[in-house]
Amino acid sequence: MPETERVSLADVRRVAELANLDLTADEEPRMCRDLNAILDYVAQLGELDTASVEPMAQVAEVLAIAGEPATEKLSVLREDQVRPCLDRERVMASAPETDGVFFKVPKVIGR
Amino acid sequence: MTTATAAAGSIEGIRSAIAKGETTATAVAEIYQERIAGEDPKIHAFLSTDRDYALAQAAHIDDLAAKGDPLPRLAGVPFGIKDVLTLEGFAATAGSKILEGYKPPYTATAVKKLADAGAIFLGKLNCDEFAMGSSNENSAYGPVHNPHALDRVPGGSSGGSAAAVAANMAVATLGTDTGGSIRQPASFCGVVGVLPTYGRVSRYGLIAFASSLDRIGPFTATVRDAATVLGVIAGHDGMDATSSPLPVPDYTENVDRGVKGMKLGVPREYFAEGLDDEVRAAVEAGIDKLRAAGAEIQPISLAHTRYAIPTYYVIATAEASSNLARFDGVRYGLRAPESDTLAAMYRRTRDLGFGAEVKRRILLGTYVLSHGYYDAYYRKAQQVRRLLTDDFLAAFREVDAIVTPTAPTPAFKIGEKSDDPVAMYLADIYTVTASLAGICGVSVPCGESREGLPIGMQILGRHFDESTIFRVGHAVESL
Repeated sequence: MPETERVSLADVRRVAELANLDLTADEEPRMCRDLNAILDYVAQLGELDTASVEPMAQVAEVLAIAGEPATEKLSVLREDQVRPCLDRERVMASAPETDGVFFKVPKVIGR
Repeated sequence: MTTATAAAGSIEGIRSAIAKGETTATAVAEIYQERIAGEDPKIHAFLSTDRDYALAQAAHIDDLAAKGDPLPRLAGVPFGIKDVLTLEGFAATAGSKILEGYKPPYTATAVKKLADAGAIFLGKLNCDEFAMGSSNENSAYGPVHNPHALDRVPGGSSGGSAAAVAANMAVATLGTDTGGSIRQPASFCGVVGVLPTYGRVSRYGLIAFASSLDRIGPFTATVRDAATVLGVIAGHDGMDATSSPLPVPDYTENVDRGVKGMKLGVPREYFAEGLDDEVRAAVEAGIDKLRAAGAEIQPISLAHTRYAIPTYYVIATAEASSNLARFDGVRYGLRAPESDTLAAMYRRTRDLGFGAEVKRRILLGTYVLSHGYYDAYYRKAQQVRRLLTDDFLAAFREVDAIVTPTAPTPAFKIGEKSDDPVAMYLADIYTVTASLAGICGVSVPCGESREGLPIGMQILGRHFDESTIFRVGHAVESL
């Protein structure tokens, strides 16, 4: 058992708001329990001294170091060219509500 | 080959039987459609099928054969596609209620390449919601049952893709693997499952979970068939900025060359506490046979292995929290009705549309990226990711490939771990390392438990060295 809870119910509510999730009253304590269990497990990363280790965000950067040929191209952006895109009508057909040109949504600011 | 034996055939068997006029693509497709009708009510691997679509594809192949035209590489081969990959005009649910009814307006590159090579699409396959899970129990459309024992899970997240091949409801399928989601279900279902090197197969049209980890790969009955399918779907694609420009070799060319003289590493960390005795025995027996076949077996250490699961769950959830922000009821899928404001609509839609595991991962990912925790969790995990990767790069200076168990246990029972997220995450303990490092891997059947449950051996290879792991895998299945 952890000495102190890492994540409180208030933390869960704050993170849910950041993530645009509405949690029910039942879900909040359960998510709180699960996040604490997972983060207790994650805490073992603290055993490692990583002060001099560069973070790795992508596989491509490692390949460049490993000396794989042609992988330099992975980090080069393509030419900025105009290309055809998906057909508007077919894209709009997937949307819950449109006027055929724009996606429609409820009003942004409530009264 | 008769029509009946074509149904149990290999890719090349089916293709050549059609070319010689011994059977037709239509007849093969119908046999598989009948198998799905007979078997799938018990297994629930398929989320959708389209009889007419498959028969139209088959008719096209039969036209080519009738004219005597050369047949493409996958001509008439019945495939299933994991439902996180798009096929224009076909429902793509990602196993989630939030995409119920969504019909994407475009086709994934890997799926398009299969179609261009003559594959027949039987349908879309069940999976954990947004590929998040290790048992297929997180599908919003109900679990998949393991064909070897219907009360057990098929593994996940590509459970439907593995089960469909295991039950011979498809000759090959596509799955996706972010932390083990191809290899672990392949192990649980007794089939071959391939994790290609990151960048080898375009991710265009894959509904994203964790973009720096997500990969697409095949499930098949044999290593040779897996090599054939990978050769079709691999290659550079301008639609995926991380797609590699390296040329695609013929993976089948040397697949049966054997392992004589090859150096194979056995990492001691993968045989430590937590490994089931029967899995250990089967994998060690497989390693002994590789030694007898002429491979040099070398004990190695991948020192940071125990940190892989926590590293993975920080990075994968962080990326997921960002990727899944796009499901907000505006452009596609579900929208919660009768919301007064945009913000309320977002929140209610996501609450209605996402299942518990997806919410848990979005919350965890948002937490580790939030102010005050980013350095402690996300940056730390990225640093450990490099240490884990460096372990592999060092090992591959000594050995040609690495052999391990694919999963710590055979398939577990449905419901056994579904209430404990950490216990469930440990099912991926031997697979997440290769995911983080970007290297390639394959799971190949190497035995059974006393109860008759399949056990898989994982073979890991250098970046872009799939040919070597296929050679080892082919040797394992031939022993």
